[in-house]
Parts: sequence; C-alpha cells; structure tokens
Amino acid sequence: MSEGFISRGFRSRRKPGDQSGRLPPGQYLERGFPVLSAGPTPHTPLANWSFSIVGEVDQPKRWTWEEFRALPRESVTKDIHCVTKWSKFDTHWEGVSLDTLLAQVTTNARYVIAFSDGGYTTNLPMDEVLNGQAWVVDTYEGQPLAPEHGGPARLLVPHLYFWKSAKWVRGLRLVAEDEPGFWESLGYNNHGDPWKEERYWGD
Amino acid sequence: MGRLTWQLGEVVATRPETARTKSITLTVPNWMGHQAGQHVDVRLTAEDGYQAERSYSIASPLEEQPRVTLTVERIDDGEVSPYLTEELRVGDRLELRGPIGGYFVWEMPMGGPLLLVAGGSGIVPLMAMLRHRAAIGSTVPTRLLYSSRSLEDIIYHEELTRLDEADQMLEVVHTLTRAQPPGWTGYARRIDTDMLREVAWPADQHPLVFICGPTPFVETAAASLVTLGYEPAHIKTERFGPTGER
Repeated sequence: MSEGFISRGFRSRRKPGDQSGRLPPGQYLERGFPVLSAGPTPHTPLANWSFSIVGEVDQPKRWTWEEFRALPRESVTKDIHCVTKWSKFDTHWEGVSLDTLLAQVTTNARYVIAFSDGGYTTNLPMDEVLNGQAWVVDTYEGQPLAPEHGGPARLLVPHLYFWKSAKWVRGLRLVAEDEPGFWESLGYNNHGDPWKEERYWGD
Repeated sequence: MGRLTWQLGEVVATRPETARTKSITLTVPNWMGHQAGQHVDVRLTAEDGYQAERSYSIASPLEEQPRVTLTVERIDDGEVSPYLTEELRVGDRLELRGPIGGYFVWEMPMGGPLLLVAGGSGIVPLMAMLRHRAAIGSTVPTRLLYSSRSLEDIIYHEELTRLDEADQMLEVVHTLTRAQPPGWTGYARRIDTDMLREVAWPADQHPLVFICGPTPFVETAAASLVTLGYEPAHIKTERFGPTGER
C-alpha cells in the first residue's frame, strides 16, 4: 500500500562502516538496557526459588537455587533484540544451558512453555532451545541479574525477540502441542524471529 | 486479527502540548479501531531507503476514528521523535501500523474502580483511557495520579482540569517534582508509598491499576501498591527505558 513512500524531510543516519548489518530490520542500536514488563517486579527470596521441568516428561525435575548454581555453567556473549525496536550488542551472560537442563529428562515433547513468577508464560519450539540456543542465566555483565531485568534468573533465547527470554523464569512445561504464551495471545507473533521481523500476528 | 499492514495517514493537525511534547493528529482511512492504551508503530523512510521505526502510544479514543492522535515527546538525540515534533507538518503523510498491544488496555466491560498513575509522557495511553471513558459517558470511579516536573510540563493540563471539574466520578491529582508555582498546595515530591496510600483506592475495592512512565517511576509505583496490598495481577504497567522513544 505504501510501497515507495518517502518521509518528506527525513534524512538518513546511515553512516559508512556502521554496524547496521548486525541490526535486524526495524531495529536501532541502544546503549542502555531498557526495562519492559507487564506488571510489578516479583521478588522471590532465593530460599523459595526453584527451577522445574514438568509436563510431558518421564519424571519431573526440580532444582533448588543451590542445586541450580552447582550445574555446569556457560558464559555467552550475544546481541539481543527487543520487539519495541531496540537492540543491544555484545551482552554478556552466565548461566546454565537448556541442553544441560533438558538432558536430565526424557521427553518426546516438541514445544516448551517457559513459566515465570507473576504468571508470565512464553512458548518455544523444542528444536529452537537445544544445541546452544537457550540458557537460564543468573548473571549479567559479571553481576547478579537485577530483579527488574528478570533476576534471580531469566531465560535467554537471543535469536528470538527478547519477550521470549522470559524474566523471573521458574521452569519449563514440556508439551506435545504448541500453545501461545502471554504476549503470543495478545497480538505478538508466535515465533518472533527478528531477522524476519516477526513482531505481530500475521508477520 | 489479520496482518497489521503498513498504511499511510495524513497529518491533519499538530498541537504543542508542552515545550517537549506535541500531539499529531492523522486521518487513517483504513483504521480498524483500537482499544484505549494501545500503541502504533511509526516508520520513517529516507530517500536512500534507510528506515527507522518506533512505537508511540495512541492518545485519542476510538470514538474519534478515522482520526488517530499520537503525542510524542522529543528526545534531543533521538532519531524519530525530533522529526515528528519539529519537521512533520499538516499535509504530510506518515507511515504507521497498528493498533498493537492487547494487555495495557481498558474498556468499559472491565469496570473499575480505575487507578491511573502517570509519570511524564506516560500520561499518553492513560489519556486515551480517560478520553474513551468520557466519550462513552462511563461513570466508573477513576483516580489519576500524575507526576510532572513542573506546572509547564503537565501534558493535557487544561483538558484534565476540564474533565475533572465536569465529572463527579473522576479525581485528578498532580504532583510536581522539581518546581512548583507560588501558592501550589498539591504534592511536591516524587511518588511514594505514602502518596499512593492517600490517593489510591483501598486495596479491598479491587481497583484496576494502570501505571505508565519511566522505569524507576513504574518500579516505585508498582512496588508501593503491592506493599499496600494490591493484587499484583491487577497492576498493569508500561515502561519506557533510557531510550524514552515511546
């Protein structure tokens, strides 16, 4: 409908040699770390915290905070992309790979529903959280993850828009059939690939 | 809901609200309606094909469609907001798609009472709720607590005063955090638990809460209300971070 439209008087900020090749379509580079959440920030004491894998599994699995912290850890450096248009390059995280966590259960499930304190959920295909694509992280830039950024622990799935990286994550429910999570039920794309600009329903 | 396609709106009016904010009214011929609290994506395209996208809250109620009004705060080193507030003028066209966001919304069947808490330009989606509420003649008891830096920074000040005076069921309370005019008798500090205890509905009335503003503001307001016994699930928040481009 608006193909070929030019915004009168809008000048390009593109510079030679800039890093726009690292920016997915419609994104801009952000130096800060904006906070976006749908409700109050939960504050779960670590003594009450646990991480669970439930649903279509032979035997549900649960880790306390101490048990989770004792699992093999990885450090990753990733670009992240929020559906509200900002991207941030080279963010450093530490935590436990979902490969490590999911290796502890036997399942035929094809989808994962991450669930969080506060009731947030988000859905992911199993084959997009295995093989070094997703982590439960508790450390950001060398510091314990702040509550407003999802601490004590959040999901990190950097190849998808950041709403898939559920804050305050408390577990994974493994399911045979896909089901939309919180934002996926409210107009946001079921998959959320920033490079395909899968922001909203129908994108 | 189908695909959200990009469409062109034509600017039919602009109105400075404060020194830093401007309202832009567009006619969008194929607008499919929206809920109060939703936003749109705006896309600018330069001659070399470079594009920039940002999200902006809708300030106007559904009842004004196909007119849609956005209120934009200018971010000095921003890429899109300076264009929208300084370059764009009546007769220009603007590419947008929406409405977007199905959570931070209020509609009459949701009832009330309503507690709206705004910091700075966070008033914009809440104003859409107040305007919609007025347009449909809703009598849902509503309180707005609105934090601004100074009297001159209050967006929609006259309209809020008018709505407040005309409606027994609406109360508008301001706090001015940096500068107060002589004789100011209202709140003169940042929002805190004591202020919310005085202004907010008691928790046992189960109000619906919408909070919008900068991140620290929203964190404080939401945490205070949880302290006061509000059900976290009834507190809906919308935050804008350091980018402020919302």
